[in-house]
Amino acid sequence: MSANAASAADLFDCRDAFARSLEALAEADQRIVTVVNDSLGSSKLNGFNKRWPERTINVGIAEQDMVGVGAGLANGGKIPFVSAASCFLTARAMEQIKADIAYSNVNVKLVGQSSGIAYGELGPTHHSIEDMAWLRLLPNLTLIVPSDPWETAEAVKAAAALDGPVFLRISRAPVPRLERRQDARFEIGKAEVLRAGNDVALIANGTMVTRALEAAQLLAQEGISARVINMSTVAPLDAEAVRSAAATGAVVTIEEGSVRGGLGGAVAEVIATSHPCRMRIMGFPGFLPTGSVDFLFEHFGLTPAGIAASARDLLGRGTA
Amino acid sequence: MAQIAGDTRTLANDPVPLIREKARTIRLTALRMVYAAQLGHPGGDMSVADILATLYFGVLRYDPSNPSAPWRDRFVMSKGHCTGAFYATLAEAGFFDRALLDTYMGPLSRLNGHPNRNYLPGVETNTGPLGHGMPVAVGMAIAGKMDGADYRVFVVTGDGEQQEGSNWEAGMAAGHRKLANLTLIIDRNRLQQGARVEDTNTLEPLADKWRAFGWEVADINGHDLRQLHSVLSAPVGDRQKPLCVIANTVKGRGISFMEDDVKWHHGIPNAQQYQQALEELSQ
Repeated sequence: MSANAASAADLFDCRDAFARSLEALAEADQRIVTVVNDSLGSSKLNGFNKRWPERTINVGIAEQDMVGVGAGLANGGKIPFVSAASCFLTARAMEQIKADIAYSNVNVKLVGQSSGIAYGELGPTHHSIEDMAWLRLLPNLTLIVPSDPWETAEAVKAAAALDGPVFLRISRAPVPRLERRQDARFEIGKAEVLRAGNDVALIANGTMVTRALEAAQLLAQEGISARVINMSTVAPLDAEAVRSAAATGAVVTIEEGSVRGGLGGAVAEVIATSHPCRMRIMGFPGFLPTGSVDFLFEHFGLTPAGIAASARDLLGRGTA
Repeated sequence: MAQIAGDTRTLANDPVPLIREKARTIRLTALRMVYAAQLGHPGGDMSVADILATLYFGVLRYDPSNPSAPWRDRFVMSKGHCTGAFYATLAEAGFFDRALLDTYMGPLSRLNGHPNRNYLPGVETNTGPLGHGMPVAVGMAIAGKMDGADYRVFVVTGDGEQQEGSNWEAGMAAGHRKLANLTLIIDRNRLQQGARVEDTNTLEPLADKWRAFGWEVADINGHDLRQLHSVLSAPVGDRQKPLCVIANTVKGRGISFMEDDVKWHHGIPNAQQYQQALEELSQ
């Protein structure tokens, strides 16, 4: 498969899959409710609100209240999906996520919408490249970064079925539907090997998975066999998949997030402590300059060519 | 049976004597816990004791053997640092063995300095950082209203705690949603950790503020057990708004040298002071 070959019509905003999946669940389960901070539209929940206005709690622009209300609804037996732009949900309400959700260990699903650099030109206040690093420190909290519409829908179902706190990091940057085996199934905490390879392992999640697959194709043309792993669950991390990847001798992680503390950090912790190997962490360095989503991906090398170059460099193969 | 003037209840049904006895026990127990641990917040424990005793022995519906019963009234101890009084109350109410209180803040104790629902039955949500209880209580009240359940939700905050903006976010939402099943009790002891509340960041006119947020307000004496019981046990009835009870209290109440003195926010009495405090509370 190739994202380059995909036309715009074949690209999907994962928020749509999130909303469809949630509505399907809500039809069957009265306990499912949503909590938003005036974020119905940006969460694609207008449809949900239209069908179940009494199950849609819009607290207004008040993120601390939004997250606490989620915890209270869970106490009352609901399964709340607290959905807001990831930058505000995580940064503004961090202490509520820590104390009311993770430490209290309650059945709340946090949905970070338009994560990463989805807001492009709006700048670092609206980018959410720090969220994974912040949240990864919190015990009890399951962190999932789906890669495409199918996985997004499956992750919503899995999150609802899990009795405990979950953070779903939903992307807005368009992605193609990944090709998977007919019998593919999503499992929390289980990495997905999308392409076999033994020279280097590319570990990605979210919007970066399709790019990693394309990078592997480029590398194959040069005789480099790259394994591609979709590490959609970052916590609990599939450490066995990381150790197996490290056995190739070279690991590159790629994420639409900060190079510090996110997927790369999680993988590096396993590699450094149990299976040292050469490693590169690809992502964003910090507060980013102004630019569109595509510009920023290009500028920071988060493209198939950029990923391939990083892998090549790691293997000491020089430029193609 | 004898009637209390102006009160239709019989003396036999009067809950106040029991509440008074429990409040005394809660104060004595909290003091012993704080002294044994050489840690804690005795000033706030003493100011909130009458409120907790009234709630647990005159107002709340709960079953300590089934602490997550869906029908239970919810209580949120937002001023989570006052665990001396809160744990003493929960033990007194039967949620766990009183012997556990001896472990207060000891190594690996389930009685952390701030309450943890995963350690102790009867704790609804983990608190400690201020301003967390109100939003959670609002969520509980929304869930109850959504289900047409008749349980009520009570949350106690300190008055200094009212400086946290999250209270006002939650208060706005509760007013907007007319959550009549929600009651906020402000332990208005007028002292925060470092100084007088009004000298730090003034709250007044506090009642007007809550009224402006769409709440009904009762401004009462937080140590008058009859008044506390009457206000807190009154059925929701036709009230269409959430209720804010400003319980005017005295920090350190019941221990003469602690009363209204900022240094007892988390001060620990010495041996002599401890004896004096025990005697005063036992009278």
